[in-house]
Amino acid sequence: MTRQAAIPESGAQVRTAARRSGGSLGRGETLAGLLFVSPMLVGVFVLVLVPIVATLALSFADWNFVQGWNGIKWIGFDNFHKLFQDSLFIRTIRNNLLFLLAVPVYMIVSMALAVLIDRYVYLKGYFKVAYFMPYISNIVAVAVVWQVLFQPSYGPINEVLKTIGFSHPPKWLADPHYALASIMMITVWISIGFNLIIYIAGLQSIPRDLYEAADIDGANAWTKFARITFPMLSPTSFFLLVTGIISTFKVFDVIAVTTQGGPIGSTSLMVWYLYDQAFTNLKIGYASSVAAVLFLFVLLITFAQWGIQKKWVNY
Amino acid sequence: MPLTRRFDWRRGLVTAIMLALSVLFLLPFIWMLVTSFKAESDVFVYPIQWIPRHWHAIENYKEVWNGKYPFYRYYWNSIKVSVVTTLISATVSSLAAYGFSKVRFKAGKWLFMIVLATYMIPSQAILVPQFILYRNIGLFDSHLGLIILSSFSVLGTFMLRQFFMGVSQDYIESAKIDGAGHFRIFRSIGLPLVKPAVATYAILRFIWTWNDYQNPLIFLRTDKLFTLPLAMQKFTSVSGEFYSLIMAAAVSAILPLFIVFVIGQKSVIEGIALGGVKG
Repeated sequence: MTRQAAIPESGAQVRTAARRSGGSLGRGETLAGLLFVSPMLVGVFVLVLVPIVATLALSFADWNFVQGWNGIKWIGFDNFHKLFQDSLFIRTIRNNLLFLLAVPVYMIVSMALAVLIDRYVYLKGYFKVAYFMPYISNIVAVAVVWQVLFQPSYGPINEVLKTIGFSHPPKWLADPHYALASIMMITVWISIGFNLIIYIAGLQSIPRDLYEAADIDGANAWTKFARITFPMLSPTSFFLLVTGIISTFKVFDVIAVTTQGGPIGSTSLMVWYLYDQAFTNLKIGYASSVAAVLFLFVLLITFAQWGIQKKWVNY
Repeated sequence: MPLTRRFDWRRGLVTAIMLALSVLFLLPFIWMLVTSFKAESDVFVYPIQWIPRHWHAIENYKEVWNGKYPFYRYYWNSIKVSVVTTLISATVSSLAAYGFSKVRFKAGKWLFMIVLATYMIPSQAILVPQFILYRNIGLFDSHLGLIILSSFSVLGTFMLRQFFMGVSQDYIESAKIDGAGHFRIFRSIGLPLVKPAVATYAILRFIWTWNDYQNPLIFLRTDKLFTLPLAMQKFTSVSGEFYSLIMAAAVSAILPLFIVFVIGQKSVIEGIALGGVKG
């Protein structure tokens, strides 16, 4: 502690405090509490709570932003009916589900790297910084760099592939069959840093004596990993799995900078579709119904998390 | 760990392999940096020249910083928005965190539950109403609007509340008996005790605001007001095929945060590990 509060000891103040603790203390505490939390509450109310209610309401409306308030038509569930017959939206959902595959990939890579960095190398600090670089880097700059690296005809990645024998390397971001996979590769590269740091923190909370006991029993490195490290990391893995899944539903920046949902809808993910409907097509009601579906997905995952947490995780 | 530990060659070997891997991982950054020093005609020469044959660094960076889209302006915008957002957010969050943890009032519990629940709402699900709201109250296309938008993130409240919970209630009670009001206790006991946590949150908030692309994209229109990520994209679309310039812009956009990160490295990494927070 750096500073002590000045502690006045005059009798008058003690008496005041004693009097306060009688009746008005509760009210005083409530007032103080409200004052402390009110800036945050007002912000959350105006910027989050009112908007989410508005989103849910607007998802039942047909409204083009330029028509003004009088242009709102309430159409019940029509937006949702239309949404689930909209082939591009169905494709978007499919892309989102495919995108989930990126999560286990970067989790496995991060866990392996975390174990190696935490236990088996010198220069631990350097490795943490190196793998964390993409996380702190401006995503637009990073996406632009990858776009150039992936350039189909003379980009560095394809030049290397041609040298080692692939005469027709994929066109990556420009190829409908590879574009989503390319975005996933970039996402894996960006996400390793965060996952690695959380895994290293998880590793450091595993009690040392477990390993010492295993050493006495003559366990090898693999057995120690499979029987101690991996199970003891399960709460961390579970946390990363849930945040990872939720974050796939929020992917936007990379797509906005590189492919804009193309080519032919192959990288359209939910937030991109929402953005495109709202700010390019100005279909506010329709976009809001996409937002409502997005919200529902995140809500379901969160509830599933609460349900599963107790059964699956080995504390 | 004993200081006089002998060099373990197996550990050395793993380190060497891992070093090679990390260089591979960092290649996009290395390529970006090298390319930003090159003359345009050398950018796609293959095999890749890892040391530029014709140095064009000064020309490239001069064009980025003082050309048609001068980066110094966007730097200033980014600094302004990030610093003010960080200050407001750290203040609002630490006040709320103290209120939710150290002031005993009935409403506090369920108010906190409401705030906690809003954390589940993806920011993208509320973009449209926020946009409409901003258009109607005149905050659209202004730095103030952008600042307000990310100043009330509930994340800081959670992080700091955890730390305030760790401050012994005895300190608070004894100060109260001595007649100090809550604001006084907050300022002279609470805040000094959680200062490292506030600093960590401030660094994280700064990084997130500096790198934020989505909000400026939707809430800014005027070129002059752009922050770095938007300027970077604008610059890319205007510079088209001038990849050496684009890479110089990318280096310029990444460098300041890299410096902030290297300086505040420990608290950033610890903060992220502690809060388990994702931008």
